[in-house]
Amino acid sequence: MGSQVGGEALVRARVLIRPKEGILDPQGQAVERALPALGFQGVSHVHVGRMVELDVEDASQLDQMCEQLLSNPLIEDYEIVESA
Amino acid sequence: MKFGVIRFPGSCDEVDALLACERFGDAELLWHGDRELKGADVVVVPGGFSYGDYLRAGAIARFSPVMEAVSEFAAGGGLVFGICNGFQVLCEAGLLPGALLPNEELRFICRQMDVVVENADTPFTRTCARGERLSIPMKHMSGRYYAPGEQLDAMEANGQVVLRYAPGGPHNGSARDIAGVTNEAGNVMGLMPHPEHAVDPLTGSTDGGKLFESLAREAAAVAA
Repeated sequence: MGSQVGGEALVRARVLIRPKEGILDPQGQAVERALPALGFQGVSHVHVGRMVELDVEDASQLDQMCEQLLSNPLIEDYEIVESA
Repeated sequence: MKFGVIRFPGSCDEVDALLACERFGDAELLWHGDRELKGADVVVVPGGFSYGDYLRAGAIARFSPVMEAVSEFAAGGGLVFGICNGFQVLCEAGLLPGALLPNEELRFICRQMDVVVENADTPFTRTCARGERLSIPMKHMSGRYYAPGEQLDAMEANGQVVLRYAPGGPHNGSARDIAGVTNEAGNVMGLMPHPEHAVDPLTGSTDGGKLFESLAREAAAVAA
């Protein structure tokens, strides 16, 4: 969790950002309509968001980064996925 | 009175905004790195693609030095007017309620259309009449105004919904057809259409000038 001198303790994180439930997601809808046109059946609830990948020294700051910049909490949900 | 028009890297309507302001008062460009507003009585945050619209429209611009000055200015009751990308910046900065999402049809909408003045008792619309239709161009990709339902109710009750798209136009999917809103105190406004492109008879409509004229009069009255 804590940072170390020399940057040895970097945490690789992925932040997944998606439209909040209930907010119209026209990109997701467009993809959902396109898939059956290619013969892929049985696809539903498609949502298009974005992913931010970053190395951080202090992973405890990730939530604040998401709240203040990486996502807009009014319209988007975020999920932090950490890897070593 | 004096308008200050902000230029961010990626702004593209700041010169038109400056020229529109100069019809009604003095005007000067402010650079995004400026930490003070050069004595402006009204700050205009213009349209364009500040910082390339990276991440989300307006998300990066809100952290520029000049926006700190604008936030202080607004907190003290200063008049701030955000157009298109400027509206997005002010929402991201928390100076206006709500957010602007990609248009419902995922198309860039670029055309002249009418907006209806819902509240003519604001510093931005006093030269208009309630219910008046203004012909102003719109040109944007992310103009779908969103705020939670209960917040919209409160805004409507407080007179914060200043402009609505007239029925029959192209639809960007905005909640309740909202085209322009103010903050609760009424000194900060944002709108998606571009009044700065509708100030000269040469381009077909001078209706947009009314908003700049309202601001100039308001600022002059405050100074008097």
